[in-house]
Amino acid sequence: MPLLWTVSIILALGVVGYVMGRKRAVATAGGNARILHSLPGYYGTNVAIITIVPALLVMAVWLIIQPILVETRVTEMIPASAIEEAGSRGLVMSDVRRVAGGLDTAIEQGALTEDEARSIRTEFTNVRDTLAGVGVALGSDVTPEVLSAAQRYRELSRSGNLFMTITLLTLAALGFLYSYARTNRDFRARNWVEASVLVILMLASTIAILTTVGIVLSMLWDSWNFFQLYPWQQFFFGLEWRPSFEGGSELGLIPLLWGTMYISLIALLVAVPVGLFAAVYMAEYASKRVRSFAKPLIEILAGIPTIVYGLFALITVGPMLRDYFAEPLGLGSSSSSVMTAGIVMGIMLIPFVSSLSDDIINAVPQSLRDGSYGLGATQSETVKQVILPAALPGIVGAILLAASRAIGETMIVVLGAGAAGRIDLNPFEAMTTVTVKIVGQLTGDTNFSSPEALVAFALGLTLFVITLGLNVLALYIVRKYREQYE
Amino acid sequence: MSVTTEGGAPEPRRTSLLELDARTRRRNRSEARFRAYGLAAVTVAVMALVLLLVSILSNGLSSFRQTFVSFPITLDADVLDPSGNRNPEEMQSVLTFSYGPLVQQAFVDHVAALGIETDLPASALGDMISDQAPAQLRAAVLSNPAMVGETIDLQLLANGRVDGVFKGRVTMESAERDALISPEQLILAEQLRAEGSIITRFNWDFITAPDASGQRPEAAGLGVAIMGSFYMMLVVLAFALPIGVAASIYLEEFAPKNRLTDLIEVNISNLAAVPSIVFGILGLAIFINFAGLPQSAPIVGGLVLTLMTLPTIIIATRASLRAVPPSIREAALGIGASKMQSVFHHVLPLAAPGILTGTIIGLAQALGETAPLLLIGMVAFVREYPAAPLDGLFDPASALPVQVYSWTQRSDPAFVERASGAIIVLLVFLIFMNAMAVLLRRRFERRW
Repeated sequence: MPLLWTVSIILALGVVGYVMGRKRAVATAGGNARILHSLPGYYGTNVAIITIVPALLVMAVWLIIQPILVETRVTEMIPASAIEEAGSRGLVMSDVRRVAGGLDTAIEQGALTEDEARSIRTEFTNVRDTLAGVGVALGSDVTPEVLSAAQRYRELSRSGNLFMTITLLTLAALGFLYSYARTNRDFRARNWVEASVLVILMLASTIAILTTVGIVLSMLWDSWNFFQLYPWQQFFFGLEWRPSFEGGSELGLIPLLWGTMYISLIALLVAVPVGLFAAVYMAEYASKRVRSFAKPLIEILAGIPTIVYGLFALITVGPMLRDYFAEPLGLGSSSSSVMTAGIVMGIMLIPFVSSLSDDIINAVPQSLRDGSYGLGATQSETVKQVILPAALPGIVGAILLAASRAIGETMIVVLGAGAAGRIDLNPFEAMTTVTVKIVGQLTGDTNFSSPEALVAFALGLTLFVITLGLNVLALYIVRKYREQYE
Repeated sequence: MSVTTEGGAPEPRRTSLLELDARTRRRNRSEARFRAYGLAAVTVAVMALVLLLVSILSNGLSSFRQTFVSFPITLDADVLDPSGNRNPEEMQSVLTFSYGPLVQQAFVDHVAALGIETDLPASALGDMISDQAPAQLRAAVLSNPAMVGETIDLQLLANGRVDGVFKGRVTMESAERDALISPEQLILAEQLRAEGSIITRFNWDFITAPDASGQRPEAAGLGVAIMGSFYMMLVVLAFALPIGVAASIYLEEFAPKNRLTDLIEVNISNLAAVPSIVFGILGLAIFINFAGLPQSAPIVGGLVLTLMTLPTIIIATRASLRAVPPSIREAALGIGASKMQSVFHHVLPLAAPGILTGTIIGLAQALGETAPLLLIGMVAFVREYPAAPLDGLFDPASALPVQVYSWTQRSDPAFVERASGAIIVLLVFLIFMNAMAVLLRRRFERRW
């Protein structure tokens, strides 16, 4: 039975439970809802929750665990020689999954019967052709080991699914009967329902933790696999980035990190002065009219998707820098360069720096300004000597956050910075960044057991650690050095 | 009256107060300079915005118009319907390939009929029409088989280079260096335009048609990408809104102050700052490699964007829950409501407009996000429209921002125009969503 059906039946049972539970509660009170402990609806909801929620939770857990169990059981069947031949266990398993999926498709389309699918042997049937006939293309001929593993895989999955369906329906029915039997006029339905709702709310809020755990685990796991295949010293200290899918790649982090830092530095050199001066002007000088018109305009910059900046770098800024600066100065002839990506990224970061600094400057109390004016300082002297020092921790925090943005930014550098890993000081030269290479190594058809693809996870982990570090540092600085005005 | 000089000793002031001394003038000058820097910074930021928009608009607006060639085509029944019974199912067996010569011959005849003298061979004339034209003709014939045997007037797409002539992208000089168009073809195109056989008009297909291969930019459209983006937004809405609101209610109204709550709060603020590409890695590792969901599917993209949007929605929802004054909660509790009832019956409805605004802004962010989608395979070339939900959520599709990216990776310069056009469509959606958010806020915002 397809999963959707099982879920629909459980949900339907829940609806029936609501109606019946409500009716029973009213009936036990002799039709007088006022002597019930809770409003009638709560009795119905109680039955519905106990019918649906446990079954769906078990389903979620089951769906995660069953494939793992099936995989381990099937993997045991594959002889070591087949693994060596294919290169890795993962590759054999993906073949097994494809064949198993192909057999399912074949049965669906009527090319094979259930019995045939269970009993075909490579000695008698050309499985590859049979599957190609129903639109499942296999890369190579099916070996007997893979076919029998695939058949075993299907068998285990099928019995697992059947078992799951039975368990879920039984669980739902039991929940229904139990909660229905418990429904009477003295049952504290509201308290139960509210407690369950609270648990659901709490589970929803743990998604944030689960996401973080998911991010860290997925990257750690594949990075670990990467470091099994490629020495970590060469990754972290390697000065060359030359991946080649025939093997013998050099995957050094340093050139990528250099490009990332160089581009981020230029971006900050653009964004910090412009953003900071704009924020000071808005907060201290601008008339209400100018402010009400310029502030939203600058904030529009923050709402524009990064792909738009990327295209801007590619078709406008890049050619312009090349034609008016790089070529006349003899510095290079590439339209994608550190400068292109840096300037465009700087524009993207302006609103980030300016709106954060604006808030911080506005938080400096008026009395400090008045005190400074009273001593005879001009407005700019007040800004430079009173307001900025008072707002400094916040501004440093904002700049660090902007730096973390710049390091993690992808689309602008993908379209504006270039693809060659290089360590160079010339800002009109194309260089590449960590994010560009993550995209490059993982886009298209990739083989997830080669170091050339797995390196992306190690790069991702590096990126995650750096940006997380900058964010934590920014928070720490803001908290530690924040001035308290009371 | 005295001023302190730099030496420190007070010195009686001899000049008039109305006359500025050198030091005051210097201070005033530095004041004016500082002010000018500020103004310059604001101007730079605004100019950057203007330049950005002008660049995109000037490159992209022309993509909404397309050049068509219109000429009479005689639909030869012997070729198109060999069995002669006008049954569309049998006519399916005549492939697009057979329509090609028909189009080319009709065009050559048309040029001759107009009396335009040209040395170009027939194949060079045929090249002026898009490779997509035979497919266009085939679709028209199959939808109305009764046309076979008659002569019809049809507007067929012109080749991308011919299109470029009328959009200023292709000039005499560039045509000389170009293998795909010659100056003679360019002159002929101008002549045909003067005769009214080549027209440029608004092209709905740019918005509704699927993508086309790298050789036929003139036929490429955004249909599949818009559908894919729309499906992803549905998934984001279906997951992020309930989960985000539930999490916010818990954290704002019920959570005790303890370690777990702190951990959740720290996690949410960190997730808001994690680079988007990291979410792509998460999606690839967990949803595709581990859970076995299909690549390029809107469901995977939607789930990844859900995780990215959650912090935005949670932060907005918490702010609007906090804005509901405690007196409302206390009044509800006072007349006997439980804590849960006070939240769900009173606080939540009052916070709804703020939650909605935050959700729309979160969706707008998700709509423009590109990097994570590249990693989960949304860059694939997809020409088939996805089916209706829910099955369609598992079909391969593209997404608007990703379509922009894949068009920039193609060599034909006509795709730059197309990519800018796609950005305009994306920006229109974003402006619409943000305007809706502002409107909702204006209309329903309450201040206590």
